[in-house]
Amino acid sequence: MPINYYIYLSVALFCIGIVGVLTRRNAIIIFMCIELMLNAVNILLVAFSKMHHFKNAAVNASAGTDGQLFVFFIMVVAAAEVSVGLAIIVMMYRNIHSVDINFLNRLKH
Amino acid sequence: MRNALELSYLVPLFPLIGFLIIGLGRRYLSKPLTGVIGNGVILLSFLMSIWIFFQVKEGNSGVVDYFNFISAGSLKIPFSLQIDALSSLFLLIITGVGFLIHVYSASYMHHESKEHFARYFSYLNLFVFSMLLLVMGGNFVILFIGWEGVGLCSYLLIGYWFKNTEYNYAARKAFVMNRIGDLAFLIAIFMIIAKVGSVDFSAVFSAEGLQKLSPSVTLITLLLFIGATGKSAQIPLYTWLPDAMAGPTPVSALIHAATMVTAGIYMIARSNVLYSLSEVTSNIVAYIGLGTALLAATIALKQNDIKKVLAYSTVSQLGYMFLALGVGAYTAAVFHVMTHAFFKALLFLGSGSVIHAMGGEQDIRNMGGLSKKLKWTFFTFTIGCIAIAGIPPFSGFFSKDAILLSAFEKNPVMYAIALFTALLTAFYMFRLLFVTFTGKFRGTHEQAHHLHESPALMTIPLIILAVLSIVGGFVNIPVVFIKDGESLTEFLSPVIAKHGGHEVSHSTEYLLMGLSTVLIVGTIVFAWFRFKNFQPREEKGLGKVLENKWYVDELYEKVIVAPLNRFAGFLNDIFERYIIDGVVNGVGRAVNYGSRQLRLLQSGQVGSYVLLMVLSILVLLLYQFFIRK
Repeated sequence: MPINYYIYLSVALFCIGIVGVLTRRNAIIIFMCIELMLNAVNILLVAFSKMHHFKNAAVNASAGTDGQLFVFFIMVVAAAEVSVGLAIIVMMYRNIHSVDINFLNRLKH
Repeated sequence: MRNALELSYLVPLFPLIGFLIIGLGRRYLSKPLTGVIGNGVILLSFLMSIWIFFQVKEGNSGVVDYFNFISAGSLKIPFSLQIDALSSLFLLIITGVGFLIHVYSASYMHHESKEHFARYFSYLNLFVFSMLLLVMGGNFVILFIGWEGVGLCSYLLIGYWFKNTEYNYAARKAFVMNRIGDLAFLIAIFMIIAKVGSVDFSAVFSAEGLQKLSPSVTLITLLLFIGATGKSAQIPLYTWLPDAMAGPTPVSALIHAATMVTAGIYMIARSNVLYSLSEVTSNIVAYIGLGTALLAATIALKQNDIKKVLAYSTVSQLGYMFLALGVGAYTAAVFHVMTHAFFKALLFLGSGSVIHAMGGEQDIRNMGGLSKKLKWTFFTFTIGCIAIAGIPPFSGFFSKDAILLSAFEKNPVMYAIALFTALLTAFYMFRLLFVTFTGKFRGTHEQAHHLHESPALMTIPLIILAVLSIVGGFVNIPVVFIKDGESLTEFLSPVIAKHGGHEVSHSTEYLLMGLSTVLIVGTIVFAWFRFKNFQPREEKGLGKVLENKWYVDELYEKVIVAPLNRFAGFLNDIFERYIIDGVVNGVGRAVNYGSRQLRLLQSGQVGSYVLLMVLSILVLLLYQFFIRK
C-alpha cells in the first residue's frame, strides 16, 4: 500500500484532534482529542519506519526500527500524561462540580 | 652615577607638599606657621631652580623620564620633565618672583582669618606647582596638566573672596574664557598624537616628527595659538584678565602679571620649530599680538582703577610678546617675559601697597599726593614705570627694543604701530603715577589719616624687584653696546635656534633706539604737565568709549552671551519640556497602553490559547515551506 494513504489517514486524525481540542468544552473529550493527535503521529511514525525498513533492509537489518521505538516512548508519555490529566480533571470536578474548561479561566487573575 | 637632573622632580614637589600640608591642616596651623611653610616650600624650589640653572649652564640638560603616565596600544606618554635652557629660565622667574610675592602676601593678607589665610596660601602653592609642571613638562600632555592646573588655580584665587557675587562672576568668566582656548589646545594635542604618534617634545620637534606634521602644521599651530590666546589674554579672549583683578592684589601680581599669562608665550616659544614652519600662523600671531597691544594700550589710557590700568598694560605687553613670537624673535619674547615679570610684579605689588594704605580704595581719582606718605612705594613704583616705559638703561628698554627692532626688520609699519603703542604705554603709566602720587590728596579725611607706609615685609620685595627691574635688562644687552652682549640669546640657543645677527646696520639700530627714547621721554614730560594737578572730570566722546573699554564686553554680551542664554532658555523651556519630556513620558505611555492591549490576550480561555498556538504553528509551517524554501 502506498505511503500516501497512511499520511492522509494521519492528517485526517490529527485535524479531527485539533478541531476537537479547539471546539469542545468538556475536558474529557479534549483529552481524548489530544490522544487522537498523538496517535495520528504514531501512525505516521510506524508507516515511515516500515517504508524505511523495506528500502534499506538489504544494507542494514535494523533500519527503521528507531521510528517504531519512538512510538513506544510516545505511548508511555501519553499514558503518564493521561494519569496526571485525569487526576486534575477529578480534582476539578470535586471543586466546581463540572468538567467544562470555560469555568477554568481563573488563571488569568 | 645617575643623572643629577633626576632630582629635578623636587622643584614641583615642594609646592605640592606645601599645598597638601596647608590645605589639609588649615584649621590647625597658626598663621605664622602657615606663612613659614608657604614661603619655605617656594624658597626650597627656588634654591633647586638655581641649582638646575647652573647645571644647565654647564651643559647638563635633557629629558628625565619617571614613569609611564599613559600607555595605550602604541601610544606611550611618559611622565617626563624637560630640563633645558628655556625651562630653567622660566623656573627661575616663577620661583624667584613667586617667592617674593609669597613673602609680600604674608603681610598683605594678615588681616584674613586663620582658615582663609591658609586657604589662600594653599592655592598659591598649588598654583606655583601647576606652573612649574607646565614649564617642566617633557611633553604636551604634562604641559597640558599644568596648563589646566593654572586655569583652575586662577579660578580659585580670583574668586577668593567668594562672598562677593561680582568676584565670582569674574572668576567664572576667567575660567570659561580659558576653557575656550584649552579646547583648541586639546584638539591640537590630539592632532599631534594622530600625526606623530607621540607627544614628546623631542619626538615632535625631531626632523621625522616635523615631516609627519608638515601637511597640517598651519592648522595645528593655529589651534595651539588659540589655546595661547586664552591663557595669555589676547584678542579675542582677553577680557577675562582685567576682570581677574577681583582677586587679592598679590594674586594679580603672581598669576596675571608674572607667571600664568606667560604660559602661552612659553608654549609657543617651546614649539618655535613648528611656528617657523608656518608663515601664515606666524603672521596671524604677529598681527593679533600687535592689535592686542594697541587695543589694550588705548583702553588703559582712560581707566581709573589702579589695578585695571595695570591689567590692561599686562594685556598690552603680552601683545608685544606675541608680536615678537610672530616675527620670529622668540628670544626677544622670552626676554620680555623675564623683564616684564620683574617690573609688572613690582607695579602690582606697589599698587597693592597703595591699596593697603588707602584701606581698600582702588580708584585713582580719590588718590593723589601719596608720594609724601608712601616714600618707598613711590620710589619703587617710579622705577617700575620707567622700566615699563622703556627708558635706558632700565630692563624694559632692552627687551622692548629687541622686539621693536625685530618688528622693524619684518615690516616698518608694524614697527611704527608698536612704537606708537610704546608711547601710549609710557603715557598711561605715567598718568597713573602722577595721578596717584602727585598733586593734592583727593580722598576722604579718614583715609588721609589712615595713610601709612607698608611694613617691611611688603617693601623689601618691592625693593628687590625694583633692583631687578633696573638691572634685569643687562642679561641680554645688545651687541651694539657690548662686544659679548646677548648672553641670554646664547644661553637659549639650544632651544631657540639663532637666526644670525640683525640685518640692520648699527647706525640704524642706534637711530631707532634714540628715536624711541626721545619720543618716550617727550611723552612722559607731556604726561607730567597734563596730570601733575589732576582733577577728575566727566569723559566725553572717544574718552568715554575708551573708559568703557571700546564696549567690547557689551559686544560679547550682545553677540555671544545673550544669544547663548536665549538658546539655553529655548532648550530649557521648549526642548526640555516638550521634546525630551515628551519622549520620556511617551515611552512610558506607550508601554502602558501596549500592555493594556496585550492583557486582553490573556483571557484564561484554554481554547483560545490553543487556537493561537495552532495558528502560530501553521504560520511557521507556511513560512518554512513557502518563503524560506
